[in-house]
Amino acid sequence: MSNTEAFVGRPQSRVDGPLKVSGTATYVAEFGAEDLLHAVVVSGAIAKGRITSIDTAAALKVPGVIEIFTHENRPRTAWFDYKYRDEVAPPGSPLRPLYDASISYSGQPVALVVAETLQVAQYAASLVEVSYEAEPAVVDVAEVLGEAYVPKQKRSGISPPPKPRGDADGAFLAAPIRLEHEYRVAVEHHNPMEMHATTVVWEGDGKLTVHDKIQGAQNSHGYITSVFGLSADDVRVHSPYIGGAFGSGLRPQYQLFLAVMASLQLERSVKLVLTRDQMFTFSYRPDAIQRVALAADKTGRLQAVRHEAVMGTSRHEDYQEVVVNWSGLLYSCDNVRLDYKLAQIDTHTPADMRAPGATLGVYALESAMDELAYAAGIDPIELRLINFADKDENENKPFSSKELRACYAQGADRIGWSRRNPVPRSMHEGRELVGLGMATGCWEAQMQKTSARAVLTANGHLEVSSATADIGTGTYTIMTQIAADALGLPLESVTAVIGDSSLPTAPVEGGSWAAASTGTAVRAACHALRQTLLDAAAGIDGSPLAGATLDQVTFQNGRIAFIADPVMSVSIGEAMQATGKERIEAEETASPDMKAMATYSSYTHSAIFAEVRVDEELGIVRVTRIVNAVAAGKILNPKTARSQILGGVVMGIGMALHEESIPDKNLGRFMNHNFAEYHVPAHADVEDIDVIFVEEEDDMLNPLGIKGLGEIGIVGTAAAIANAIHHATGRRVRHLPITLDKLL
Amino acid sequence: MPEMTFASAAPDEIPISLTINGQLHRLDVTPWTSLLDLLRETLHLTGTKKGCDHGQCGACTVLVDGTRINSCLALAVMKDGAEITTIEGLGTPDNLHPLQAAFVEHDAFQCGYCTPGQICSAVGMMSEGHASTRAEIRELMSGNLCRCGAYTNIVDAIEDVMQDGRPAVREAAE
Repeated sequence: MSNTEAFVGRPQSRVDGPLKVSGTATYVAEFGAEDLLHAVVVSGAIAKGRITSIDTAAALKVPGVIEIFTHENRPRTAWFDYKYRDEVAPPGSPLRPLYDASISYSGQPVALVVAETLQVAQYAASLVEVSYEAEPAVVDVAEVLGEAYVPKQKRSGISPPPKPRGDADGAFLAAPIRLEHEYRVAVEHHNPMEMHATTVVWEGDGKLTVHDKIQGAQNSHGYITSVFGLSADDVRVHSPYIGGAFGSGLRPQYQLFLAVMASLQLERSVKLVLTRDQMFTFSYRPDAIQRVALAADKTGRLQAVRHEAVMGTSRHEDYQEVVVNWSGLLYSCDNVRLDYKLAQIDTHTPADMRAPGATLGVYALESAMDELAYAAGIDPIELRLINFADKDENENKPFSSKELRACYAQGADRIGWSRRNPVPRSMHEGRELVGLGMATGCWEAQMQKTSARAVLTANGHLEVSSATADIGTGTYTIMTQIAADALGLPLESVTAVIGDSSLPTAPVEGGSWAAASTGTAVRAACHALRQTLLDAAAGIDGSPLAGATLDQVTFQNGRIAFIADPVMSVSIGEAMQATGKERIEAEETASPDMKAMATYSSYTHSAIFAEVRVDEELGIVRVTRIVNAVAAGKILNPKTARSQILGGVVMGIGMALHEESIPDKNLGRFMNHNFAEYHVPAHADVEDIDVIFVEEEDDMLNPLGIKGLGEIGIVGTAAAIANAIHHATGRRVRHLPITLDKLL
Repeated sequence: MPEMTFASAAPDEIPISLTINGQLHRLDVTPWTSLLDLLRETLHLTGTKKGCDHGQCGACTVLVDGTRINSCLALAVMKDGAEITTIEGLGTPDNLHPLQAAFVEHDAFQCGYCTPGQICSAVGMMSEGHASTRAEIRELMSGNLCRCGAYTNIVDAIEDVMQDGRPAVREAAE
């Protein structure tokens, strides 16, 4: 089979763009229903202890209040713990909202007020009086380092550290150049612009249509049916547009439970939108206290690598990330010891946030590598090339592809690395110190089992569908491109449908696997229609394609044509007509190639370069330029792909300079729970970002040759900025964010 | 028509009239209803987004008598008699405003949630006439957060429209 790709690999504007820019894309809180009720959550005020009483009398008297749910009057839901475990739950016992009087973290929901209007619900919620018996809480992982433990049960999909290789301690002591430092990154909250929300439409007879902010409609669907004991057919989860998530929508959050509970009990439609401050009462990127020790010989060859991390998790779930493994992967070294432990604190369970684990671990490693470059007197890029890993030494496997050298070379060229005087504090412009720094980025290229359906109708329209999501990543668009190319149709003839639990099975959209997984499934489903179309075309009286086989023809420009003689062709419309059917359809499932996975390690790589300017007197940092050179296999859509990298870089700027959820150790609460005090990068913080996609061929992973892009943009970005700040100022800050007080 | 709405007014509701996207609306609103909630919940003009309800993110930006404001910080009753333009009033999917078209062309959004606010804010900023450089655009658009990080593309889109007032044609991608 041959096909010239008309759309894949070329920049295409988002197919959902016109809806989004005109305000007509419907997000979950924007679905209406008859007699819709509004719900507001009352958040708990203590971090640990018990509710001693809840007085709802005054709130219930407000005209328009329908019901107030608390742990005292909530309807019965599933008894067993495991019933609350969603598709991506870590080991442990998930939060059960309003389950009993116990409080395990600050902001835990303690009541749900349901009223005829939003304003009434908000007012009544302010009248609910809750009394507590508080116990001391610990919310800073640094205070419980002594209680750190290796998690007994591994979280699915998260590799524990590899076994030690060589003798890291001995080699460290014997090496002439060595350093050991602690690195730390503040707790961050995802803060997508759309607040978490659920609209439950009561369809009658116990049937629900649920619009939930989730990165995989089937995850919410499974959770609802399990927790509330509903049959699969009685619930449909439909969330076509998600206003960002970055991981906060991987697991069903408490608003889903509460809204469904209220709807079932009241037999009414219910809408529940969390407030921005409540966005700080669930998932967050955990704090990890990391120690990295590096040793090298005088030529810069690594002699020993040690990387230890203690990461915070909640009291009830062993949430895990791959934090330290990167230090055994990124560079070649014979003596490596990696340790990863958890320590429990009194918070909600952390959650995957853009490039979970790598964001933290690679920041620490790449900062330490910069320090090693200075200690050894070697250029930072040169040091990385000296220690370049030609194979995955953690797993002793070759890479399926690794164009990282080209990333270093092209990125260095673009930022103008050759102008860099390596001496810290040596470059000035006006009243600003100028610094250039760099780092390596890495993320695993993954694929998950995913199904998709293709339906071609008599009017020549192709619909492809899968229960995946588009959280801003461009899934709609790449599905459309892939499908159009697979059957040689124009983009306008293709519609992608996603975000619906009733569609073919797909996992949550995360881990940068959606494009590879859904894309491969869509392609397979479309290809499955080709034989039917060719048979029909060949069967037409006097058909120019009589006797043709699939490997002899091409599907393009709306026609099936002989490759050898393209004039001999039949239009897809004619072929469709010849089938005599109103519609033909196929559903296919794409799975990762287990043999290739067992043989090769597959990673996306990047080299990030940062130029910063630091006001010498005021310590104000400006990130004036970022160049991110990425090797991610084939790029399906350079326009949306570039945006993925831009977004990762911007979040990396936030991680380096701004974002910090500050816990009050007495109250056990994040204090700065709003956008005024939790600063995410704004327009003024983001100047110039240059994205390079390095050519990379990889046919081991999937037929599309792609590796995924959602995560890689953030990995290494904060390290590159921190390294640039060191170069500019001579100040090495090992605790992010680098706020100006740390530079003065 | 007005009699009907007046008749249904509860004692604590106040009659107001608003011209929204060229259409006159006579409404009875409780005094504590924000303009944002009125648009989204009562009039179902959900193109205007709620991102914080505290005037800190700009997702709810609309134009009131031509000036950009955070509609979450305005009580509806304060705007009695005003002319309001929301994202729905700027253009439709089949007939986009030049700035909307430029946003699509430059991929100036990802999830799309902050986008209506960014576009309304940019329209307001352009009519204020204080921005002529990228740095000034960045500064004057800083009230509109974008968590997906589309900032550089947003500035490209705005700059494109400011430069020629025509829909963007320049290729944004590499």
